[in-house]
Amino acid sequence: MAEIVYDKNGNAKPQTKALWRVFWILLGITAVEFLIAFTVSSDTGFGKWLKISLFIILTFVKSFYIVGTFMHLKDEVKSLIWTIVLPIIFVVWFIAALVYFEGSYIGEVR
Amino acid sequence: MATANSSTSTPERLMWQGGIQPMKVGYGKLMMWIFLLSDTFTFSALLISYGLVRFSYPSFQDLNPGVLLKDFTFSQEWWPTPEAVFEAVPFLHGISLPLVFVGIMTFILIFSSVTMVLAVEAGHRMDKADVEKWMLWTILGGITFLGSQAWEWNHFIHGTPEGSMIDGVQFFGANLVHNQYGPTAFADFFFFITGFHGTHVLSGVILNILIFYNTANGVYEKRGHYDMIEKVGLYWHFVDLVWVFVFTFFYLV
Repeated sequence: MAEIVYDKNGNAKPQTKALWRVFWILLGITAVEFLIAFTVSSDTGFGKWLKISLFIILTFVKSFYIVGTFMHLKDEVKSLIWTIVLPIIFVVWFIAALVYFEGSYIGEVR
Repeated sequence: MATANSSTSTPERLMWQGGIQPMKVGYGKLMMWIFLLSDTFTFSALLISYGLVRFSYPSFQDLNPGVLLKDFTFSQEWWPTPEAVFEAVPFLHGISLPLVFVGIMTFILIFSSVTMVLAVEAGHRMDKADVEKWMLWTILGGITFLGSQAWEWNHFIHGTPEGSMIDGVQFFGANLVHNQYGPTAFADFFFFITGFHGTHVLSGVILNILIFYNTANGVYEKRGHYDMIEKVGLYWHFVDLVWVFVFTFFYLV
């Protein structure tokens, strides 16, 4: 947490610069996602999977900013950060492994 | 053995009963984090099942090789592309604007997230007027988002004037059994995932109104700290975070 800074009258000054910066970053990333949605064509398999992977990467970038700055997780102690992040890494690992090893199976049973 | 913490920097209210402070946060804040972690599991389960069912259906191009996506039509045979479904904007009837309205909703929620964190920041400075101002903006953003979602559901349920043929009958819009956009599961997932997220937004708005009321009545000023704003703030940011994922996996992919 940022230290509280006081002006010459003894009133605490708002420390909001970093917060607005993150807001513009989030807005920018969302705008880029729209650009990708309308410019990259899904007509080829390559375009489709390029789009999907870019969207997933950008979503994780956005969530780092939201959790890190808005929820102040990056200012917490290491043990709290890992308490939250480690289970989520396991979930992502679990999903990736399921998709990779079992993903084609669902197409056969339907 | 944990003995009484000799450091004077930690306020009494943040001490646990054992006299120490695990992970250097108050009990309430730590439990909010743990709750949000469990909620993450719930939402990931929903989105995983969406992905699984979606990719188990053939896509438009699997069944129409060589046909470009701009000639996409709704059918029960294949999963719809979201750009074709979500293209309506209030007051602009009949104009195809794919994903524009959901983009506006995303903007509203990100904006209300930044006003929430500004309220938390004002709370650290014990600035009551600033907390009130930013809480009001956050509540306004939340209510606007809920209103937008209500409009979107209304449009989704009533459908387009063209509709589509299901079992030889012209069908418009969507319910839990049939929908004009694609397989039954598509509308079911839409109602369940956006509905479950909307319920979270609704409870967030109620909590926000509650803490705004308490702030305005000077409850937190008398208490000497604005920790409650921070805890509810965590929940509100989480709701925004979930929307970022719903936006990607439901509307973009």
